[in-house]
Amino acid sequence: MDEMIRERIKQVKKGDQSAFEDVVSFFQNKIYQHCYRMLGNAHEAEDIAQEAFIRAYVNIHSFDDRRKFSTWLYRIATNLTIDRIRKRKPDHYLDAEVKGTEGLNMYSQLADNGRLPEEEVEGLELQRYIQQEIIQLPPKYRSIIMLRYIEEFSLQEISEILDIPLGTVKTRIHRGREALRKKLRHV
Amino acid sequence: MKCNNEAVELMHKYLDGDITKEQEQTLSQHLESCDACQRHFHELKRTITFIQSAEQIKAPANFTATVMEKLPTEKKRIKYTRWFKAHPMLTAAAIFFVFMLSGMFSVWNQDSELVVSKQEDLVINGDTVIVPQDVTVDGDLLVKNGNLIINGTIDGNVTLINGKLIEEPIEGEGLMASVGEVNGELKHVDQVFEWIWYSIKQLFQSVFAL
Repeated sequence: MDEMIRERIKQVKKGDQSAFEDVVSFFQNKIYQHCYRMLGNAHEAEDIAQEAFIRAYVNIHSFDDRRKFSTWLYRIATNLTIDRIRKRKPDHYLDAEVKGTEGLNMYSQLADNGRLPEEEVEGLELQRYIQQEIIQLPPKYRSIIMLRYIEEFSLQEISEILDIPLGTVKTRIHRGREALRKKLRHV
Repeated sequence: MKCNNEAVELMHKYLDGDITKEQEQTLSQHLESCDACQRHFHELKRTITFIQSAEQIKAPANFTATVMEKLPTEKKRIKYTRWFKAHPMLTAAAIFFVFMLSGMFSVWNQDSELVVSKQEDLVINGDTVIVPQDVTVDGDLLVKNGNLIINGTIDGNVTLINGKLIEEPIEGEGLMASVGEVNGELKHVDQVFEWIWYSIKQLFQSVFAL
């Protein structure tokens, strides 16, 4: 599969637009899912995922063939999602932190009213619950947790994607795991 | 070993694959003796399993098509190249046609010399070919890049390329003479397209004559 992508990228660099179609269709679910988990809603996820592919196409000449294309693509997508999160008006979104309460936001308040932690959640419902918990994490932990455990990148690759030192990746993944552990221990 | 710091630090090292053999031994010894840390470790591993089991999310159905539509337009040259690659037969035909046409044009443009298919008994005056009054040409006659005056008789077809058939003799002395006759077809070609058509016809005639 990597070979196929490499070949397509070469063609795209030569100017063959149609070769990019295979690239998009190969990565669409991964990138969309990544954006969805970062942003927490389908509309924004689609918007940003599309933007990521368009940026990748336009800037294809700055991609170094010797590196992994997926790392480069995730980097574009992650940066776009982080930009989007920054530009949001805090009041309008559920996962914005509530003033004066660190790490607490509207989701956790909703969760308090609607569902008991001890409540048995199975199958799809459990998955949705986990998704919700992941979305509650601050973006800098969320992106790393997702890249590590859902997209299965190595820590070194994550450090390249996010352009942060390996040590920082490790610190953040520890904190992210601990935060999720506390939230999911009662499930 | 302090549970809340060192042990937890080792657990995370273990999960990242950064742990040394000695550290791993220290950790497992501690876990055997400490219930709280055992639970902590178990919860961490369970959390990872939970994250990995999270719902797979698929992109909307027409995602790829939408992206492709939004891309800036590509260079025309590439588009044509791809089209040619996709239709090799049409490309071959087009190339053949171009060569054939250019060949004909060059023949048309280069040959400005007077060419007459038969020399016997004909009078050539500059670029004018005259069939004298008392002469009968036996067979077809082709005149290229010159005019033709027929005072005699031609027993066959006449083809005139890039030239004119002059009805009256130049010197005026044969005014009273009857205009010569052609016992066959008279073809007159002086346009490029007619020349092409003539070439094609000749080609087909020679092909089917075989």
